[in-house]
Amino acid sequence: MSDTTPLHFDVPEPSARPGDVPDFSFFDVPPAGAVRRPELNVDPTEIRDLAYSLIRVLDDEGRAVGPWAPEVDPDALRRGLRAMMKTRAYDDRMQRAQRQGKTSFYMRCTGEEAIAVGLALELGPGDMFFPTYRQQGWLVARDWPLVDMMCQLFSNEKDRLHGRQMPVMYSARDAGFFTISGNLGTQFIQAVGWAMASAIMGDTRIASGVVGEGTTAEADFHYALTFAATYRAPVILNVVNNQWAISSFQGIAGGDAATFASRAVGHGIPALRVDGNDYLAVLAASRWARDRARGNGGPTLIEWVTYRAAAHSSSDDPSKYRPLDEWKAWPLGDPIQRLVAHLIGSGGWSDDQQAQLQGDVDEEVRAAAKEAESYGTLLDGRVASSTSIFDDVFAEMPPHLRRQREQLESGD
Amino acid sequence: MPPMPMNVALRSAMDVMLERNDAVVVFGEDVGYFGGVFRCTEGLQAKYGRHRVFDTPIAEGGIVGAAVGMGAYGLRPIAEIQFGDYVYPGLDQLISEAARLRYRSSAEFTAPITVRMPVGGGIHGGQTHSQSPESLFTHVCGLKTVMPSNPYDAKGLLIAAIEDDDPVIFLEPKRLYNGPFDGHHERPVVPWSAHSLGEVPDDYYHVPLGQAVVRRPGEDVTVLAYGTMVHVAEAAAAETGIDAEIIDLRTLLPLDADAIEESVRKTGRCVIVHEATRTSGFGAELSATVQERCFYHLEAPIERVTGWDTPYPHAQEWDYFPGPARVGAALKRVMTT
Repeated sequence: MSDTTPLHFDVPEPSARPGDVPDFSFFDVPPAGAVRRPELNVDPTEIRDLAYSLIRVLDDEGRAVGPWAPEVDPDALRRGLRAMMKTRAYDDRMQRAQRQGKTSFYMRCTGEEAIAVGLALELGPGDMFFPTYRQQGWLVARDWPLVDMMCQLFSNEKDRLHGRQMPVMYSARDAGFFTISGNLGTQFIQAVGWAMASAIMGDTRIASGVVGEGTTAEADFHYALTFAATYRAPVILNVVNNQWAISSFQGIAGGDAATFASRAVGHGIPALRVDGNDYLAVLAASRWARDRARGNGGPTLIEWVTYRAAAHSSSDDPSKYRPLDEWKAWPLGDPIQRLVAHLIGSGGWSDDQQAQLQGDVDEEVRAAAKEAESYGTLLDGRVASSTSIFDDVFAEMPPHLRRQREQLESGD
Repeated sequence: MPPMPMNVALRSAMDVMLERNDAVVVFGEDVGYFGGVFRCTEGLQAKYGRHRVFDTPIAEGGIVGAAVGMGAYGLRPIAEIQFGDYVYPGLDQLISEAARLRYRSSAEFTAPITVRMPVGGGIHGGQTHSQSPESLFTHVCGLKTVMPSNPYDAKGLLIAAIEDDDPVIFLEPKRLYNGPFDGHHERPVVPWSAHSLGEVPDDYYHVPLGQAVVRRPGEDVTVLAYGTMVHVAEAAAAETGIDAEIIDLRTLLPLDADAIEESVRKTGRCVIVHEATRTSGFGAELSATVQERCFYHLEAPIERVTGWDTPYPHAQEWDYFPGPARVGAALKRVMTT
């Protein structure tokens, strides 16, 4: 190597930009059932290869195959299907509400529904989930009231958060759903801290945190892995790799160099890399990590490979940076369609039932929206009152805030 | 009551709270087996076990972030940041998270955490072991910020901080750990055993947050100070013979503005002293508060005596430190205006 060779600076580029034909040839998709399922007490050093593979259960015909195929009764699958479909219907309706000016902002999770729904139904009622803004499926799966979710978006008087928090930043302690932060990644180490606390107190509850693949670049991600490994915290560390962080593809977070699951390998944390659009694989991997954590086996990192089919948010226009139809070329398909195919193929479901269910969830969302809108939206100006601005800054309002509240109220 | 240096008083506070409440845990860099670089947690791991007093990775953002998660669970974590100068990687967790959980969740989740850290200079620590970052915290709504000036208050305030339902930043002037330092670095160290506020009860008591105290009553000028500067101001008053009323703020946020107002209305003059840099320092907030509340009672412009607007220099430490001579000069200026 000559010392006169100019150095090369590499800025990764995605495989396709607007106008290009979508190209996922870089993405290696092994057949369903190909990855072994280790024992729960496996030494992480023996499963390093799982960080570079892809756990899949549903094959192209919708059959559940291989060692990860979970024991799950059809009712549970139908419950998951309903939650995913309701989440998508909710997303579509709220996206329209945003366009109508009823809320200032919305974020859909289209294409990623299986992950939050599967985790919500596999974790226990006392476990605590530390989500990002794209896991509304958890709340839907746990039957948290749609009307309450919508009132949060509309910032009206029924908003449990009193209009003080940006839309989609739900908080639902009774559903085991931690208050969402707009700052990326902060919740990851908090999930570890929560899990450490549970272990310190001899509790049986575990925690589960989520970041996107882009946020693995944040220090909080590395704090979380270091602390989780050091103290063997009972926590599931989820990386939802949906390929896109606003306009930056996963390569900008270093995803071209190594899988996001492999970040765990250097920490001695077991890593699973899972088809996140395969609802049965989601159940199986969640269950494995849950049981390992609950059995004092420590943390697991799961990379859920999926695709963000919708825009990043209502403020985003993906046609500016990726092919419009890229979602249709995504090799892992649509989680709802794949689960429907499985249910129909295994004889537990029919086209008529599917049509009926679609009608049911659409109607449920429509009725909830009608009720929530009756309490007020941004459009009609009936939003939460200003009197609560000064509440909940501290447990007890200190003198300087009392003075400021008096100023606001007197108009001085 | 036994005399205690301030680091021992702080240890006693944690000891008392670890004993009283199973939800109290103590952690940070080198705080476990070793007992902390300033010995504030010495012996606590041996007494309460590794599950309640433990070492952490070198990751201040991780320490604070884990504390936030523990607080949300229901623990009362006490996190030590080894030097205040090291807290910056933890600021996102303090500002965006600890300070905001209650507000953004309408009190579904809270962060009743205490984050302790040594601050201030005078130990040849240079720019990375000497800073006073209090105004970074007082600017953040949702945080309480405390700085004691003596062992008695240190223990009582730390217990109050641990019991407080909101996040408390607990700033410990490191030069006060071993004695009531008044800025006369050329003189031998005076131990806390020779000071009345070095007398510290062994058992539980608390000093309420948000309450200032008059350290030295006086008629001529009000001095607003906290931490080490309380002792510097006392020395300056003694050396100039000016009858200063010295107020030890103790808690910077919530600020005891009523105590300030009462004193300045009486004296008509005000000198504000802090070790931190001047521009946008907490003294600016104090000065504005005095102006807003006491303008028509002022007989002289408000004076600020602070660290210079430079990084904390190493070899020139005593040229930077606002000692009794500079405070005394300010007292004389306001008296002759």
